[in-house]
Amino acid sequence: MTAAIVGGILMSIGAVFLLLGGLGIFRFPDVYNRLQAGTKCTTLGAVFTIVGVGVAEPAWIFKAVLVAVFILLTNPISAHALARASRKSGVALWEKSLVDVQQAPEGAEEAGAEAADEPVEETAEETGGAEEPS
Amino acid sequence: MNPALLIVLFGIGVGGMILCLLRAARGPTTSDRIVGVDAMVTITTALLVLLGLMLKRRIYLDVSLVYAVLAFVGVLVIARYLERGL
Repeated sequence: MTAAIVGGILMSIGAVFLLLGGLGIFRFPDVYNRLQAGTKCTTLGAVFTIVGVGVAEPAWIFKAVLVAVFILLTNPISAHALARASRKSGVALWEKSLVDVQQAPEGAEEAGAEAADEPVEETAEETGGAEEPS
Repeated sequence: MNPALLIVLFGIGVGGMILCLLRAARGPTTSDRIVGVDAMVTITTALLVLLGLMLKRRIYLDVSLVYAVLAFVGVLVIARYLERGL
């Protein structure tokens, strides 16, 4: 009886989070805002719902936790792939977005370029030193 | 479990799915549609497990796991296609 009550509470929290994720996807102004709302709310809601089913029906707990862990591991990966793909395919940010990371100031870009140059020189010296004895 | 509570929770989840479906229908860009379909797939995975509890069939857990795997692979392939083409 207690397991049924706890499972019902968990499933209720999960279902409300599922609805809020759908509402965020419908109402937010931008691909990236929609992506973060949809991914976080939907992942939490699905994990709560499935674990709640596993708690309410104790014989199912192993497979339920398996499905929940799988969703918890793979959903951020697919969201990250979608965000990177839409950024590289040229989807614009919302016009009221404040920070665009890929248009960083010049000092940050130079520092990144220097940090990228240094390992190349080291590998060149190593290969040159390796070629001299032969 | 109380069947009325399960039906109400299922209805709440279906409401979230309908909102995602509206976004997938009227999204301005292709990425909007894919985001809507991705969220709808995750909600479907949760609702399949809930449906298994409603109908007292344990096989729905397996169906849900296979659906999650196939949806993950499909979304990765679509993202790769948007990024650099097949």
